[in-house]
Amino acid sequence: MNEFVETLLDLPWHEPKDSYDVVIIGGGGHGLATAYYLATRHGITDVAVVEASYIGSGNTGRNTTIIRANYGIAESVRFYQHSLELYRSLEEETGCWIMHSTKGLLWLAHTESGLRAERARSLLNQACGAETVMVTPEEAKRICPQLDLSGGGRYPVLGASYHPGAATARHDRVVWAYAQGAMRRGVDILQHTPVTGLLRDGGRVVGVQTEGGPITAGIVMSAVGGRVTTIAAMADVRLPIRTHPLQALVTNAYAQGLGPIVSDSELLCYVSQTARGQMLMGAEFDSQPSYSMASSFEFLQSVATKVTSILPFLRDLRVLRQWTGICDISPDYSPIMGATGVEGLLVTTGWGTWGFKAIPAGGEAMAELIATSQTPSLIASFGLDRFARDHAMADQGSAGTR
Amino acid sequence: MLWIICPTCGERPIPEFRFGGELPHVPDRITDDAERNLDWVWMHDNVDGVTTERWFHAAGCRRWLTLRRDTSTDRVVA
Ligand SMILES: Cc1cc2nc3c(=O)[nH]c(=O)nc-3n(C[C@H](O)[C@H](O)[C@H](O)COP(=O)(O)OP(=O)(O)OC[C@H]3O[C@@H](n4cnc5c(N)ncnc54)[C@H](O)[C@@H]3O)c2cc1C
Ligand SMILES: [Zn+2]
Repeated sequence: MNEFVETLLDLPWHEPKDSYDVVIIGGGGHGLATAYYLATRHGITDVAVVEASYIGSGNTGRNTTIIRANYGIAESVRFYQHSLELYRSLEEETGCWIMHSTKGLLWLAHTESGLRAERARSLLNQACGAETVMVTPEEAKRICPQLDLSGGGRYPVLGASYHPGAATARHDRVVWAYAQGAMRRGVDILQHTPVTGLLRDGGRVVGVQTEGGPITAGIVMSAVGGRVTTIAAMADVRLPIRTHPLQALVTNAYAQGLGPIVSDSELLCYVSQTARGQMLMGAEFDSQPSYSMASSFEFLQSVATKVTSILPFLRDLRVLRQWTGICDISPDYSPIMGATGVEGLLVTTGWGTWGFKAIPAGGEAMAELIATSQTPSLIASFGLDRFARDHAMADQGSAGTR
Repeated sequence: MLWIICPTCGERPIPEFRFGGELPHVPDRITDDAERNLDWVWMHDNVDGVTTERWFHAAGCRRWLTLRRDTSTDRVVA
C-alpha cells in the first residue's frame, strides 16, 4: 500500500483489461518512461505497466538523483547526453515540476593515473557532444569553496574534471510525471500486481501471469531492475547480471549551500545537496551479490570517512536516514537494452547504480523499438547479443563505483 | 554487518575480506565451440537464496575460504 501514490496524486487510474498490445513489467522509471513515450511519440496507448508494489518503489525512488553524461565510451556519452537534454526539457514537455536543477559536477583526482583517466574522459566527452573540462585544484576550489584540497592530509587533490551540464531532479516526481503523462493518454498502471510467470506459445512470449490472472500481450518488456534474473528465467533466458545492494544516506540541512555535485572515483564516493539543503551521499556498492535491503554500519563508516576528508564541513552534520536499493549490475558496467533472443520478450536492464540519468533516453529508445520493431541506432551497441559478438562495452570508470 | 568465520582467524568483519565470486558449476566441456563459452564466461545464476562462494581473508591470514551465504538475507549460513 502507498496511500500517497494511490489517493493523493492526481493520477487517472483505470480498470485493468486482460489483454494489451504491450505489457511492461516494472513500474520504475524505465518502465513508465517507455509507456509514456509509446503513448506520446507513437500513439500506442493499449499498454499496461504491471508493478509488484507501488510505482517508484524500486531503485527509481531510492537513488541519489544525479544526471550527467561524462561517460568513457563514445556510444555512452552520446546516449547519456541525449538523456541529459531530454531531462532539461521534461518539465516543459510534461507540465510537471520535477525540480530539475543544473548544478555542474566536479570529479576529483588524487593520483597521476586518476588525472590521466579524467583527462582522457574529458577529451572523449568533448568529441561526443558532452561538455567536460579539466580544472586545476585552485579552479576546483573556486567552483566548490568547501573543498579541502589536501583531502584531510591523506588524499590531496591533483586536479579534477568539471562537467557543467550535470544536474539533479526529484526522483519520485520523475516517476509521477511519466505515470501521469502515460495514464492521461490511456495507459493502464496495475499496482500491487507481481508478475509470477510468462505466458508462452511455443518459443514465443505472449503475456504475463499475475496473481490476479493472466494478461496477454503482443509484446512484453521487462523493466524490473534488480529482479531481472527471475523474470528472464521464466522464458529460459540467461543474463549476465548480478544483483548488488547500493546504499545512500542523507543528513540534516546545511545552510551554506554546496554548489556542484562532488564525485570521486578514487575514493568511490559522491555528494550533492537536495533542494531542502540536506546533503545526499553514496559510495560503492557491496562487493558480494545480494538481494538484502538491509543498511549496514560498514557503509556508514566508510562513506563518512571518505566524504569528510574532501568536504570537512560534513562532520558537523547528522545522518537522518540511510537506505538500500538492489542494482542490476552488468559485467561491463553498461546497460542492456533490446531483444532477448526470445520472440515477444524485450528487456531493459543493467542499469545498476547509474540508470536514473538514463530514464528519458532509455524509455524513448525502448518505445521506438517496440513501435517500429527497429532498434534505434542510439542503443544498437547495448544489445544483449554484444557478449556473443565479443563487443562488451567496458566502462567501469564512468560508473563512479565498483 | 556481515561477519565471516575464518577457519584460521575466527569471526572477522567483512571489510577484512575480498569477495572472490561464486563457485560455478563445472561445465561438461570447457571449450564448447557451438556456445563459444558464452554462458560460462558471461552469464550468472544470480541466485536469490543460498550460494557457495569464495572469499579471501585479505586483512588477516591471506587465505581463501569457501562458504555458503543466503543472498536474500546476506547472512553466512555455513
Ligand atoms: C542508492 C542508489 C543511488 C543511486 N544513484 C543514482 C544516481 O545518482 N544517478 C543515476 O543515474 N542512477 C542512480 N542509481 C541507479 C538508478 O536508481 C537505477 O538504475 C534506476 O532507478 C533503475 O530504474 P528501473 O526502472 O530499471 O528499475 P526500478 O526503479 O528498480 O524499477 C523496477 C520495478 O520493478 C518492480 N518489479 C520487480 N519485480 C517485479 C515483478 N515480478 N512483477 C512486477 N513488478 C516487479 C519493482 O517493484 C520496481 O518498482 C542509484 C541507485 C541506488 C539504489
Ligand atoms: Zn583468516
